[in-house]
Amino acid sequence: MQVSTRHMLFVAIASALGCATGRAAPPPASAVPAAAPQATAPRQDSTPPTPPGAGAVSAPNADPFPSTYRAVPSGPVAIRNATILTAVGPRIQNGTILIRDGKIVAVGANVTVPSDARVIDGTGKFVTPGIIDTHSHLGVYAAPGVDALSDGNEMTNPSTPQVWAEHSVWPQDPQFPRALSAGVTTIQILPGSANLFGGRSVVLKVVPSRTVQGMKFPGAKYGLKMACGENPKRVYAQRGLMTRMGNVAGYRAQWISAEAYRRRWDKWLADKKGDPPSRDLAMETLAEVLRGNILVHNHCYRADEMAQMIDISKEFGYQIKSFHHGVEAYKVADLLAANNISASVWSDWGGFKMEAMDGVRGNLPLLHNAGVRTIVHSDDANGMQRLNQDAAKGISEGKELGIQIAEDDAIKWITINPAWAIGLDDKIGSLVAGKNADIVLWDKNPFSIYARAEKVWVDGAMMFDRLDPRQRWRTDFELGYVPEARIP
Amino acid sequence: MMKTRARGMRPVAWGFALGSALVLAMPATVHSQTIAITGGRVYPVSGPVIENGTVLITNGRITAVGANVPVPANATRIDATGKWVTPGIVNVATTLGVVEIGAVEETNDTPARGRGDAVTASHKVWEGFNPSSPLIQVTRNDGITTVGVVPGGGLVGGQAAFVDLSDGDLAAMMLQAPVAMTADIGSKGEQVGGTRAEVLQRLRDLLADTREYMRRRADYERNATRELAARRGDLEAMIPVVQGRLPLVIEANRASEIESALNLAKEFSLKIIISGGAEAWEVGPKLAQAQVPVIVGALNNIPLNFSMLGARQENAALLQEAGAKVLINGGADGFNARNVRFEAGNAVAFGLPWDAALRAVTLTPAETFGVADRVGSLQVGREANVVVWSGDPFEPMTRAERVLVRGVDVKRPSRQDELMQRYKALPPTYRK
Repeated sequence: MQVSTRHMLFVAIASALGCATGRAAPPPASAVPAAAPQATAPRQDSTPPTPPGAGAVSAPNADPFPSTYRAVPSGPVAIRNATILTAVGPRIQNGTILIRDGKIVAVGANVTVPSDARVIDGTGKFVTPGIIDTHSHLGVYAAPGVDALSDGNEMTNPSTPQVWAEHSVWPQDPQFPRALSAGVTTIQILPGSANLFGGRSVVLKVVPSRTVQGMKFPGAKYGLKMACGENPKRVYAQRGLMTRMGNVAGYRAQWISAEAYRRRWDKWLADKKGDPPSRDLAMETLAEVLRGNILVHNHCYRADEMAQMIDISKEFGYQIKSFHHGVEAYKVADLLAANNISASVWSDWGGFKMEAMDGVRGNLPLLHNAGVRTIVHSDDANGMQRLNQDAAKGISEGKELGIQIAEDDAIKWITINPAWAIGLDDKIGSLVAGKNADIVLWDKNPFSIYARAEKVWVDGAMMFDRLDPRQRWRTDFELGYVPEARIP
Repeated sequence: MMKTRARGMRPVAWGFALGSALVLAMPATVHSQTIAITGGRVYPVSGPVIENGTVLITNGRITAVGANVPVPANATRIDATGKWVTPGIVNVATTLGVVEIGAVEETNDTPARGRGDAVTASHKVWEGFNPSSPLIQVTRNDGITTVGVVPGGGLVGGQAAFVDLSDGDLAAMMLQAPVAMTADIGSKGEQVGGTRAEVLQRLRDLLADTREYMRRRADYERNATRELAARRGDLEAMIPVVQGRLPLVIEANRASEIESALNLAKEFSLKIIISGGAEAWEVGPKLAQAQVPVIVGALNNIPLNFSMLGARQENAALLQEAGAKVLINGGADGFNARNVRFEAGNAVAFGLPWDAALRAVTLTPAETFGVADRVGSLQVGREANVVVWSGDPFEPMTRAERVLVRGVDVKRPSRQDELMQRYKALPPTYRK
């Protein structure tokens, strides 16, 4: 989309740019306070941060794989008489949503529909923002799951922040169209959890494309995948760390190196004296975390380990944006709330390994009740298609626990809250005028098991229509291999 | 933290389990109780829905079901007005009780590993069953009252059992064992060491040699036969399979694999059941014609491997439409076994009639595995496995409010409930 920053060492120029550098742009009004704590967080030593320091833009090579995504051109559309779950307030009964030029123009009970708009009757149907999943491996663990397409875990070293998930994404993964058909419009693709530092994530729009660049969400920040506990321990037991204390020593050693690297580079960027320091892709990623430009997504099951990861983040002055798979997050809900860390969790998946055995179906409502930004995530191409059903389970278990959660709030678990965790809550995740028109029309209340996404819009363009099989997105892989579905 | 444990824990009446085990062992002599579930929308499954129906239970068995059932004065009443009443849900294929934590080897009693020969027909998976697994309470609290406990493993994994999720020891819980032998012709090429064709041939050899073993048992005892395709115990275990008495559940996903299974069944006069069946909808009429039941899920629409390219959520609906007998499974591991009801709901979302979906998780599995005279429907004489739901059992918002297994209300706080209660209001010693 935008000018490439390739080979540009002068950071100021990058301020106009998108991916991974968004912090330099003026923050939108709705920007969340995530950045605030890290600016004042204690540093590892007493050396004052060298300007530009925290909040500076990516350097030296901010956006080497720029997004080439363009919204499919579309005319204005109005969905009328629908129940609209906006994810920002109470539902609108018999509401109308008007979209034009890829944006939401108006949402409300009394919206004037212009004569040029295509009108869709939403009687008896529901409208929600496009579903957002903070935790996916689509494309990097593509279907069919053959070794040749297994590109999600760089299990060669416990620390691989130098790898980027986007370089493993296969855009022809047939899991993408299935996600879209379930109303999922934005996903964060993460590297796997074998490593302490798994690599960079990438945020994708769920749209057909020949290249991953054509799916990349313009302006989205990168994430850093970190992992706690059993997985790194297991994978490296024979060739490196083998204990949880080994894990923690591993994180700290890397952050110490990264902070030195950041200082070296930020100093050079400020004074431009002499040759630039040599580049190190691993350290570049971690330095960007320390500058606040890359968001930390931390796979962590156990409550006690989350507490330790929070301390590590304070020691080195970065913010954890979301704990993923936190089956025990409910045990430290107060800690997560106090530290402004979201919880990306399942409704009731667990039990498959020691660190998952305390999973409970009340995780979602207990977190919600404690004021934690609560997110339903999938980590699974099937589960991703039913995040709404998982949210319903959370509401239901909440009721059992005496925690009443309105559907109008629970919808946030799969829309605006994940949007916040991936740093895009100013663009997507709620139905508000001015935001991207990522919209799902459901045939029934999405918290019913019988609900299905009927139509899905991405940036104002209808990308899926269950009623029109001719529109069906089929990946290259599927042609000839996957029988064309008959619509029952 | 250790010292705080006792303070945070709610007292639970674990002694109850022992008491009811005695009850079950001697039902008629020491225990005489009548329960009447009244006023609910009753789905017997074996017949049409009954509005404002009554289910009468005496001594753990159903004694009456209908709209105008007189309720004896001494009956304990459960008011189900506005509620839905169904048979307990059957999860046809789980590892409940035999796998506690999948990744913890010592709690994992399936799959059978045998001696690497891929045939462990003598493996009786239920012998490793742990009636004390906390996951049983988790599962039955959600209205699942009967589960199939199935082995995994190589080409022939072993024998499966059906157990009720009642209190008591394994003998008390057991409905029937074995109910089936399991085999996998779809994805075991690596284990068996070869191609799909080799896997099939290996199975043919096993079936043929089982016949040989039956015919020449005396010679076998004298070491007067050639080497047979399996060990003695495994050949013994295969006898009821080749006699067509014990169903062989064959895991097969690709349409052509399913056809191979049908051909094999014809060749050896086997009674088979297809499990997995990702592409079963493509051969629905053939399955219907051969009267071969199919166990399918309803969530997967992803071509996870080259045997599942045609995977789709309409599978169950299309099979039903073709006249095949459909069973719905889901949540194979103990932790997720409770979620089979949502699998059924998703099948409905993708075209399966609601009544058929309920049947696919109650009476059809019971019939298929030979326990329909005991469970799977609300009929006189059946065990009183009955669930009172707050609404449609397939909806996530619906709660299983009362769960009766053999007439005993087994709904109690599970380990998960205890954890949630502990952390809902943090115990004082944890506030640091």
